[in-house]
Amino acid sequence: MYQEWKDFAPGKWVDEIDVRDFIQKNYTPYDGDHSFLEGATENTQKLWAQVLELMKVENEKGIYDVETKKPNTIVSHGPGYLNKDIEQIVGFQTDAPLKRGIMPFGGLRVVETALESYGYKLDENTRDIFKNYRKTHNDGVFDAYTDEMKNVRKTGIITGLPDAYGRGRIIGDYRRVALYGIDRLIEDKQREKRELTMKMDDMTILNRENISEGIKSLKQLKEMAASYGFDISKPAKNAKEAVQWTYFAFLAAVKQQDGAAMSLGRVSTFLDIYIARDLESGAITEKEAQELIDHFVMKLRMVRFLRTPEYNSLFSGDPTWVTECIAGMGEDGRHLVTKSSYRILHTLYNLGPAPEPNLTVLWSTKMPETFKNYCSKVSIDTSSLQYESDDLMRGYWGDDYGIACCVSAMKLGKQKQFFGARANLGKALLYAINGGKDEVSGEQIGPEFAPITSEYLDYDEVVRKFDLFLEWLAKLYIDTLSVIHYMHDKYNFEALQMALHDSEILRTQACGIAGLSVVADSLAAIKYAKVKVIRNEAGLAVDYKIEGEYPAFGNNDDRVDKIAYDLVKDFMKKLQKQPTYRNSVPTLSVLTITSNVVYGKKTGNTPDGRKEGEPFAPGANPMHGRDTKGALASMASVAKIPYKYSQDGISYTFSIIPEALGKTEDERIKNLTGIMDGYFYENGHHINVNVFEKEMLLDAMEKPEKYPQLTIRVSGYAVNFIKLTREQQLDVINRTFHSAF
Amino acid sequence: MSESKEIIGRIHSVETCGTVDGPGIRYIIFMQGCPLRCLYCHNPDSWNINSASAKEMTVSDLMADIRKYKSFMRFSGGGVTVSGGEPLMQHEFVTKLFKACQKEGINTTLDTSGFADLEIVSPIFEYTNLILLDIKSYNEETYKNLTGAELTPTLKFLNHTKEIGLPVWVRFVLVPGITDNIADIKEMAKFLSSFENIKKVDILPFHKMGEHKWELLKIDYQLKNTRSPSKFEVDKVKDIFAKYSL
Repeated sequence: MYQEWKDFAPGKWVDEIDVRDFIQKNYTPYDGDHSFLEGATENTQKLWAQVLELMKVENEKGIYDVETKKPNTIVSHGPGYLNKDIEQIVGFQTDAPLKRGIMPFGGLRVVETALESYGYKLDENTRDIFKNYRKTHNDGVFDAYTDEMKNVRKTGIITGLPDAYGRGRIIGDYRRVALYGIDRLIEDKQREKRELTMKMDDMTILNRENISEGIKSLKQLKEMAASYGFDISKPAKNAKEAVQWTYFAFLAAVKQQDGAAMSLGRVSTFLDIYIARDLESGAITEKEAQELIDHFVMKLRMVRFLRTPEYNSLFSGDPTWVTECIAGMGEDGRHLVTKSSYRILHTLYNLGPAPEPNLTVLWSTKMPETFKNYCSKVSIDTSSLQYESDDLMRGYWGDDYGIACCVSAMKLGKQKQFFGARANLGKALLYAINGGKDEVSGEQIGPEFAPITSEYLDYDEVVRKFDLFLEWLAKLYIDTLSVIHYMHDKYNFEALQMALHDSEILRTQACGIAGLSVVADSLAAIKYAKVKVIRNEAGLAVDYKIEGEYPAFGNNDDRVDKIAYDLVKDFMKKLQKQPTYRNSVPTLSVLTITSNVVYGKKTGNTPDGRKEGEPFAPGANPMHGRDTKGALASMASVAKIPYKYSQDGISYTFSIIPEALGKTEDERIKNLTGIMDGYFYENGHHINVNVFEKEMLLDAMEKPEKYPQLTIRVSGYAVNFIKLTREQQLDVINRTFHSAF
Repeated sequence: MSESKEIIGRIHSVETCGTVDGPGIRYIIFMQGCPLRCLYCHNPDSWNINSASAKEMTVSDLMADIRKYKSFMRFSGGGVTVSGGEPLMQHEFVTKLFKACQKEGINTTLDTSGFADLEIVSPIFEYTNLILLDIKSYNEETYKNLTGAELTPTLKFLNHTKEIGLPVWVRFVLVPGITDNIADIKEMAKFLSSFENIKKVDILPFHKMGEHKWELLKIDYQLKNTRSPSKFEVDKVKDIFAKYSL
């Protein structure tokens, strides 16, 4: 037993790497309210003021500063400080705050383009190395892509693929570093490697190489920590070290990888054990405990990656998805709410609202009312939280899973996903009608099946043809992802993050769909109204005229909700039939992030009445303006989408004006809690909650300087409203704001 | 009552997430038809009971939809509120609906002006948990000018709720220049303070959110130049009621 573990209840976790067991044996559930919380210390205020100044410059320039020569590794840069004397938690990705690093292992061109778009130029020598001597992930992918893959990518039937940037969505179990220290973790990996000798096939060879890379990265992590004056070879001995070492582990990950989403996992209840021990012994006060969390969160808010303008239009607002999961229930029936669940939410008051870290409450109707009501209060005050159903996910993933990115659950340290962006089902439907021809360009992109030629669309015929195209799309989609992830493993492997996993892990192949409500409404229009096709001279169906009314998704009407349900189920079943890379298990998400705008732009008129270029609804949301029976009807429709067939998550964004939640603050809090209890009880998976007036957003568009910290939730993450493009700001404003009273 | 021919309700619209018309989260049914013609009405499209845009539904149709939201009602302590229009214009339908709700443990709230013939509508009280009673003004003349109808039925209605001990929330819309006479408000507060069954008085500031509907229906909107009351004015009226422990 390590001396650092004194006062901890021993268990299985002592003999093998098992953070969950440590938490279960040692955490203290908290049933009280938020009255114990402390405000920001003077040092916290001073540091945050400094950060706000830096961010102001960043907002004006696009980026604050950037490295142009030395590619990032765990030990390439640093140490860097904000204000060394008063920072409780230290460490930056490069040698200075907000200075972005370059990570050309994913792709050289994106690094060059990104630098140029901000007026910088990549160092000639570095360029030469990655052009002529060191192949990148992006090069590998394009060497193997088929023409068909390139075509569907270009027309936008599959978009957002991680073929030129880091795939992300992997969560290292960063807590392991604090609990065990690096030396123990290295020993463990060395043992795993020794044991991996049975059958020397290509998988074993790959696994041995991966483990070796991991060991190297762990050693680098130790070296990085040493550069800040910390020896992390042994376990953390107090709260401050536990926070710092967990952060170092995460920092090493974001120094090595610029994945699309670099999520944190589920650290607050873990850290609470250390904080509770120090509070008990009198080593720290509540004020100091809150300061540690505030400073930690401040650092998480400063994670930065260099992105191209093209990337920004898909995932706007500079997101990093440092997703942290809070609360939930344990398998033994005790809830996982601790005082640190409150402390981390409280950072939204001490430091003001912010999009990162992506604070995610794992909701259970069984959690204490005091905590649920505090969450509702925070949502009403800051619009910075998202909620996901722990009652739904616990059955699949146990009680120690985290959320990668927005809605993707994975058992920490035991599971990873191959991120697969999403397919545009709206466009696939149009291909079915046009026999594989693209409705915008007229080019033959999909297989050349016979197009539909009738004047009015016949439901059965459309469904039959659509099914054929989905079959084609599912195969092509999975094949494309196999190419991408084979090359990513080969040229841009996440060595550090994977070293913070077990050796035997579950891999999922995370697919996704966009345009669910567009397609469901289109099919409902064809079935329940009459849809007349308007064709151009070339015979291409380019527009639709709806005669009569149809039930639209979002009104809790089974006639159309069932269509959406079947669509998800059927596409999932098609994906499941495909052979996958590294035996990964296909999963599906209904999530668009902000790409619903781009998907809409690339898709022609659809039979539901949506016009060419108009945005899709985000995630699983109903199309705006079509949900006419109020918020609960809208929610209930979304809650029907089966998680069983969409295990990578179902995103729903809910915006409401404060007055529509009730008259007094107390009523609003209770009603919001009631809405979430009801939604999750009805099997809803995810909900973003925005509470504010439309007028405020309009004002923020005109006077951004007045709203530096205005945060809103979009599909699966939060953004700084003023960082969105004008187009996206308008999309947010035009969406349904529930306001009935 | 004969069950053979199912009674049909004429419904203006429903809102599944009502939070200001009774406790908790409420399924709100706006009934078509109203005998009053309030100058500040924000739903003038609900006046005409024969309007072609109304949806016809049976109690069982509506119950099938209401049932879908029972979990939200349970978690928030909510229920069903019938509003309008004036729900008592279709009192038989609403009575039957409330009976069905209570049978399934759903809380029922009636949002009414009280302008109805008590003897005819009284069966509804047996199935009603809470009344939201709009008292537009306590001054008979103002009431008449504002609504086109008499105040007396509303006061009779209120007396009846007292006799049967039914909880009431009173609602009063504060309209500058029309209902803001302090003497009238004091009189009203004094009168209401004698009712033990009044659990709450809501002062609603006048707003013009319904104005566009008047334009759509091509009816002359007389309050074009009337402003919303300030927070100060609203608080002052709240204080008057507070003095009478309301």
